[in-house]
Amino acid sequence: MRTSLNWIKDLVPGLDAEPQEFCDAMTMSGSKVEFYETFDKDLKNIVVGRIDEIKKHPDADHLVICKVNIGDREIQIVTGAPNAKEGMLTPVVLPGGKVAGSHNGEKTPGGIEIKAGKLRGIESDGMMCSIEELGQTRDLYPEAPESGLYEFDTDSGVKPGDDAIEALGLHDTAVEYEITSNRVDCFSVLGLAREAAATFGLKKRFPEVHEVKGEGDINDYISVEVNDSLCKRYIARAVKDIRLAPSPAWMQKRLRAQGIRPINNIVDITNYVMVEYGQPMHAYDLDTIKNHKIRVARANDGETFRTLDGQDRQLDHDILMINDGEKPIGIAGIMGGENSMITDNVTTMLFESACFDGTNIRLSSKRLGLRTDASSIFEKGLDPNNAINAMNRACDLIVELGAGTVIGGVIDIYPEKKEGRRIPFEPDVYNRRLGTNVTREEMLSYFKNIDLDYDESTNEIVVPSWRQDLINFADMSEEVARFYGYNNIPTTLPKGTSTTGKLSYKMRIEKIARDLAQYIGFSQAMVYSFESPKVFDKLLIPADSPLRKCIEIANPLGEDFSIMRTISLNGILTSLSTNYNRRNKSVRLYEMGNIYIPKSLPLQELPDERMTLTFGMYGDGDFYDMKGVVEELMERMGINDKIKYDQNSDRPYLHPGRHADIIVRGQVVGYLGEVHPLVCRNYSIGERVIVAVIDMPWIVKMASFDKKYTGIVNFPASARDLSLVCPADIQAGDVEEVFDRLGGEYLESYKLFDLYEGDRIEKGKKSLAYTLTFRAKDRNLSDSDVNSGMDSIITGLAEKGITLRK
Amino acid sequence: MIDEQLEKIRVDADSRIKGASSLDELNTVRVQLLGKKGALKDLLKGLKDVPPEDRPKVGQMVNKVRDEIEGSLKARMEAMQNEDLMKRLEDERIDVTLPARRHKIGHPHPNTAVLADVERIFTGMGFEVVEGPEVEKDYYNFEALNIPANHPAKDEQDTFYITKDILLRTQTSPVQVRQMEAKKPPIRMIAPGRVFRADEVDATHSPSFHQIEGMVIDKGITMADLKGTLKEFVQELFGKDTKVKFRPHHFPFTEPSAEMDVSCFKCGGKGCRFCKGEGWIEILGCGMVHPKVFEMSGIDPDVYSGFAFGIGLERIALLKYEIDDMRLLYENDIRFLDQF
Repeated sequence: MRTSLNWIKDLVPGLDAEPQEFCDAMTMSGSKVEFYETFDKDLKNIVVGRIDEIKKHPDADHLVICKVNIGDREIQIVTGAPNAKEGMLTPVVLPGGKVAGSHNGEKTPGGIEIKAGKLRGIESDGMMCSIEELGQTRDLYPEAPESGLYEFDTDSGVKPGDDAIEALGLHDTAVEYEITSNRVDCFSVLGLAREAAATFGLKKRFPEVHEVKGEGDINDYISVEVNDSLCKRYIARAVKDIRLAPSPAWMQKRLRAQGIRPINNIVDITNYVMVEYGQPMHAYDLDTIKNHKIRVARANDGETFRTLDGQDRQLDHDILMINDGEKPIGIAGIMGGENSMITDNVTTMLFESACFDGTNIRLSSKRLGLRTDASSIFEKGLDPNNAINAMNRACDLIVELGAGTVIGGVIDIYPEKKEGRRIPFEPDVYNRRLGTNVTREEMLSYFKNIDLDYDESTNEIVVPSWRQDLINFADMSEEVARFYGYNNIPTTLPKGTSTTGKLSYKMRIEKIARDLAQYIGFSQAMVYSFESPKVFDKLLIPADSPLRKCIEIANPLGEDFSIMRTISLNGILTSLSTNYNRRNKSVRLYEMGNIYIPKSLPLQELPDERMTLTFGMYGDGDFYDMKGVVEELMERMGINDKIKYDQNSDRPYLHPGRHADIIVRGQVVGYLGEVHPLVCRNYSIGERVIVAVIDMPWIVKMASFDKKYTGIVNFPASARDLSLVCPADIQAGDVEEVFDRLGGEYLESYKLFDLYEGDRIEKGKKSLAYTLTFRAKDRNLSDSDVNSGMDSIITGLAEKGITLRK
Repeated sequence: MIDEQLEKIRVDADSRIKGASSLDELNTVRVQLLGKKGALKDLLKGLKDVPPEDRPKVGQMVNKVRDEIEGSLKARMEAMQNEDLMKRLEDERIDVTLPARRHKIGHPHPNTAVLADVERIFTGMGFEVVEGPEVEKDYYNFEALNIPANHPAKDEQDTFYITKDILLRTQTSPVQVRQMEAKKPPIRMIAPGRVFRADEVDATHSPSFHQIEGMVIDKGITMADLKGTLKEFVQELFGKDTKVKFRPHHFPFTEPSAEMDVSCFKCGGKGCRFCKGEGWIEILGCGMVHPKVFEMSGIDPDVYSGFAFGIGLERIALLKYEIDDMRLLYENDIRFLDQF
């Protein structure tokens, strides 16, 4: 919403604040100012001049020498303007004055100073200006020529020597507000003037409206029938003997300051009333209306209708239409029809001031793809009581401007009168909510300033119907706070019961995991939760994989953001790819984010959001480094169980020979491995990539931080080396399984210290060498204790075809 | 006679100990003087010729000389060892400016780094850090927050829908409702998390970003408490000199509502490119929890009151670290991440 500051000052006569001061105060009382524009900021010393004589420039074909009357004297100005002519009234910048920009509409911050000087040898004592040089556009000043000097209408009453900035209405400031959706009343100049008066504690002087009596009887011209509750109120009046003409300068100035182009008196009046009262009006050419009848009813599905902008619109049964006796003539609250619009030939017109259901207008306007000034106001849900004020104001203006003859009588269909509301006056409650000590008198004075009355007999606040946002004590306490000043409310800390500050257990575990990842050298990436369905193909995930059963967004920003991820790899691979392609060497990233597993599709209930920790790296490090990362994580989480690595799992995105599922207590808690080279190629990564993916809910479940000291055993250990020859398909895990199973109670640990496959060993075999450490907690071990463990192990190994190396 | 010999040994020992140039040589001296076949032992062999009554005296003299020699030897040996050590240490001198051998530590994402600060401050004030689902029911995201069906705020937020009733949450505020349903006051919570809005990616927008929701509910909570708590928070986050300004605003789920500005922490309020010359930076939205929201969650608004606030995490991260393009946050270039 935008208002002219001059207009506000006219409505609030005592207001003399500078623009900045005004804007700051309005913002602090709840009408947030986005910015303001002072039109004459860069304009100085510009008067109206009349060209009395034009002579050719002796040395330049495109220049002329003008004698210009500026009221108290005549000056000489050389100009190249193509439209300079004798008798013309035009803005003249005197030497030392300033203009805002150049012909082409480019503005110069701070303005351009004009000096007296010579043009091709001839003295020039100033400059005559175009509208663009004054910082304005032909959009708002359509009478200005496409190129050349701005010309004042000789009938407009301006004369040489007048302040040209004033004549153009540029001693003004436009203030742009961000009005919140609850304050429908502030989408009007009057509403904001009311706020301004209350903000500065001043009296306001609003236009007094009354019903124009008029001539004749409206019922001879039109009848109105409203068939739908979507129309809350419909007021119609008629005007005959229309005399189309430009509206007066004062009205044009205000409209321009509002950013509205003046057109003619009738259009200007409807626009003026719309911004002044926040009530859109519509004017129909009454002679186009069949059977002297208006009928408000819903459209038929599939019907088309041509709006006044010449576009055909597809209608449906939820769109409310204004019809005449035969056909639709307008889309209610959105746009009138081409068939009933006011043209230059209009003689009689129908004025409509109505109120429609805001939500319906908003949805209809959205479906039609047609948002107009009117619809954007109607959709907020207007106060039907305001419609009559706007109609009265418009008819007043018709009379004042001599734009036509108002017909007597008003048709006003208003089935359910909207009443104001009464709210108990509870000053203590407001103070308790705010933490203030505002007196009841002070509160009542705030309320009075915004036209809320107090009924002493019932101790109630009487809220007018335009303040639909005021419902209960909370709303009233905000009104107190706004005018008491948010910044005058004290600052205290909450008292009362103390509470414990902490992270939820799940978040604590996740934080431990993140800290560990960073400690091991992985930096944290963040990626989107939604991605493209093409990701499944990039990851070589088969068509029938359950991973493809994903949640789809009904209205995505595009295919790339259209499904909720069911697997976390795409994010980390995309990030690694970015790094690889920027030639960053040896990169380690981790990412902690949800995957979204639907319980059924289409979604009936909320999906399973599984926090997933994904590690990815290229450069230094291989599978076993990543395996180390996994084991450090498990140790940090207090998960001390033996981890099993299952190489036979189906992970099509990973290297078939270099991956494993991570199994703890029989549960797959994640997987790790080298990324399949074809997947790397799909992500344009030219190095081996190693990933590990951890399903955090299981970690949260299994993590344990109950630690108990078990003592340090001081009895000596007894170590034995075991050098083995095994068939090549035997894995270290198979050997270690035998150690674990048969090593006996004294086997404390074992460690692989050599692995050999090559010429010095029989083909199809490999050699593994371990150190096994035996120890008892309570005594020195004897050789026989150790031997019995070793013997069992050797026997067990033999069963698997594993022999001692000779 | 014997004392002359003793004196000779003593003088000789003294000069040889002083003259020794290595530990080996010193050892030889020791053996020759004090060893089984050393000079002193030899001398003691002649003790049998001394009259018995003089023997104790002579014995004492010999012992004295031996103690003296042993003392000199020891002193000389320690001096030599010390000298050797000094020499070795001098030889071991290294170039300390050669590169360090580092165990490279990874870095948190800037969002996480800022969030850690925020969590630290609020947990210190007794707030619990909680979470809620990212794929959320329309009811929790809108209706229970006093944004009924067809409310214009639903349009404004450009919601991603999954079905008619299920959506990607547009704010962390639904966590408030879930907490109110699950717990009895007093409640002090913050709920950080990911939210989604249909904004195209550019330097200041992302369809996925993070908010931190906060809420306090107890008996007698006032707007003054809201102001005090948030002032405490920003002064802890941005520095003790940070000033705050509360402006009236409108949110459907709070009344009164406010937006909070902080004095620009780059220029201190004089105006700079970060605050666009205004000296103030808008940092969060807040307000007193709307009685309707309480009612819907089963809390009696006549007994309890509370405040709530919502902070944009990326906004703070961008400002705090002077990051000029939001897209950097989701590119994950290691040269970017390693700066936090």
